[in-house]
Amino acid sequence: MTEQNNELIIRDLHVKVENREILKGLNLRVEPGRVHAIMGPNGSGKSTLAYTLMGHPNYEVTQGEVLVNSRNVLELPPNERAKVGLFLAFQYPHSIPGVTMANFLRTAVNSINEKPMPPREFRQKLREKMAVLKMNDEFAGRYVNEGFSGGEKKRAEILQMAMLEPKYAVLDETDSGLDIDALRIVADGVNALLGPQLGVLVITHYQRLLNYIKPDFVHVLVNGRIVREGGSELALELEKSGYDEYLTDESAA
Amino acid sequence: MALDQQARLNELGDYKFGFNMPENYAFKSKRGLDRDTVEEISYMKGEPQWMRDFRLRALRTFEKKPMPQWGGNLNEIDFQNIFYYIKPMENQGRTWEDVPADIKTTFDRLGIPEAERKFLAGVGAQYESEVVYHSLREDLEKQGVIFKDMDSGLRENPELVQEYFGTVIPPADNKLAALNSAVWSGGSFVYVPAGVHVEVPLQAYFRINAENAGQFERTLIIAEPGSYVHYVEGCTAPTYSSDSLHSAVVEIIVKEGARVRYTTIQNWSKNVYNLVTKRTSVYRDGTMEWVDGNLGSKLTMKYPSCYLLEPGAKGEILSVAFAGDGQHQDAGGKIVHAAPNTTGTISSKSISKGSGRTSYRGLVKIYPGMNGCKSHVNCDALLLDDASRSDTYPYMEIEEQDVAVTHEATVSKIGEEQLFYLMSRGIGEIEARAMIVRGFIEPIATELPMEYAIELNRLIELEMEGSVG
Repeated sequence: MTEQNNELIIRDLHVKVENREILKGLNLRVEPGRVHAIMGPNGSGKSTLAYTLMGHPNYEVTQGEVLVNSRNVLELPPNERAKVGLFLAFQYPHSIPGVTMANFLRTAVNSINEKPMPPREFRQKLREKMAVLKMNDEFAGRYVNEGFSGGEKKRAEILQMAMLEPKYAVLDETDSGLDIDALRIVADGVNALLGPQLGVLVITHYQRLLNYIKPDFVHVLVNGRIVREGGSELALELEKSGYDEYLTDESAA
Repeated sequence: MALDQQARLNELGDYKFGFNMPENYAFKSKRGLDRDTVEEISYMKGEPQWMRDFRLRALRTFEKKPMPQWGGNLNEIDFQNIFYYIKPMENQGRTWEDVPADIKTTFDRLGIPEAERKFLAGVGAQYESEVVYHSLREDLEKQGVIFKDMDSGLRENPELVQEYFGTVIPPADNKLAALNSAVWSGGSFVYVPAGVHVEVPLQAYFRINAENAGQFERTLIIAEPGSYVHYVEGCTAPTYSSDSLHSAVVEIIVKEGARVRYTTIQNWSKNVYNLVTKRTSVYRDGTMEWVDGNLGSKLTMKYPSCYLLEPGAKGEILSVAFAGDGQHQDAGGKIVHAAPNTTGTISSKSISKGSGRTSYRGLVKIYPGMNGCKSHVNCDALLLDDASRSDTYPYMEIEEQDVAVTHEATVSKIGEEQLFYLMSRGIGEIEARAMIVRGFIEPIATELPMEYAIELNRLIELEMEGSVG
């Protein structure tokens, strides 16, 4: 594979959910090492973008392509997309009763890697990553998302991201339901993972999260399309003025 | 990785233990059941008169009783097309070396010698209707613990057997218990003297080999006051085209302050009717624990029971069932509170796949005047797809006010969202489904001896094959 186009490229993406078109020609490029924020009002298609990228079966792509380092991933099942390097931090992670975090993470890590990670190395890595997210060892023995608080769920998502080391991570409303302390821990966890190898797409309604995870670019998503793009200052502007002007524009269009 | 897993599962095939060895028997009775068959069985075994009479009385009861019309469909069983007694060789093997090669091969493939090396106290391995191999560690013998096949028990410990045999489950209890009482062969006889704790589980493997061979083993466990024993039963059977019948009776007596745990993992091939009556009488401050795992068979009807007969008695039943395509698992348990201040728990977990059907069927009965009793029933069902089915029949007969009875039931389906979540982490669909199922039964798997927990997980992985799409 050529390394020439080392990017996540979304081209003219149209997506239907239950026969309604939600994304109507979305274009976006994410380079490794960059943090992109997607902001938009409720119902603009933010979560649809996140689920579509990861391959949720209910999201039907009618047009366009998604390339990860030149490879079109739209035909791949979610597990193959994970192997290509995509990761989604869920807004509402699901519980898997009876399956411990450690067992789940080991299975996931060994599914994604070519070779199984030696158990000792796995345990060591898990302990390190949990420490960054201020989780105690006992957490590894709990069942996946079962009885987790909102903050624990989001930390568990970032822990998975830390263990799986994706190339491109989509954080879907990771700030929702977090108090300020939990938000800080989660943001610190994400920041610890940032680097030249990782491209991040932060999906959020509010600017608050972007105080802690600094975006290089901000894209405004309204009614299934990117309507404006800019630097991090755009987030602050949106915080003041809201999305109203875009909504009117869109309905007039 | 996902593809490797698929390939591996394909290689293992639908039913791993579906092999069979050429038949080589010393004696095989004719097909069908009548007075002659029963007398012949008793004669061949050289039994005392009382057992012969017991069998013949049971046969008359069997003939009179109607087939149960609840549970699963039993109408296809043709009792006249079954062999009721098969003896694989002349004498019971005293050591492993005495066991014939083909039988040994079968056992080897089931992993018995390996299991024995690990931590077995004794192995009672039932091949067809007679126990062919039996060993018991010397220290157990010194403690006075008896662990032998039921026929040997009858010959060598006649007083004990005559005192307890058929007292917990009389032949008239139900049609299939009557059948077993008439034609029983093999099974285990366990006696634990007062105060003796058997530290390692006693294990027996059961296996049907001949086509249309009914297997009617009979197990009797007597735990004297203050004793403890864990008995483990694992079953596999090869696949045959016509239906086989397995109808066992297990009777357990738990005396004052004693504790017995009885663990079963059964994996009969998918043409076997598995109709088993299991019951315990529990006396003052005694504890009975049934751990019952049902994977294979065409139809299983099995409801391990605890009759709590004196104050302080406790009964606990853990039941896990997996029904794949064409299978019906009708399983559960019964707790009968026949004394005040007794405690019962039933936990059931069932999984249905494809056209598979599971039913939880359970009874909690509290007699009038039995105050201070506590009973809890919890049954969870997991459906793997749209076609699978699960039903719950929780019978409660509570005839006393001063008691605490609780019941919880859940039915869930492997959700698209759960699958998507696991798959988004790189886990293939088959493994993701297996993971959800393993998690579901985890609370019961943790109650099993380690190697059985592993075997259960492996069997479920095999069962999960083809559950995609």
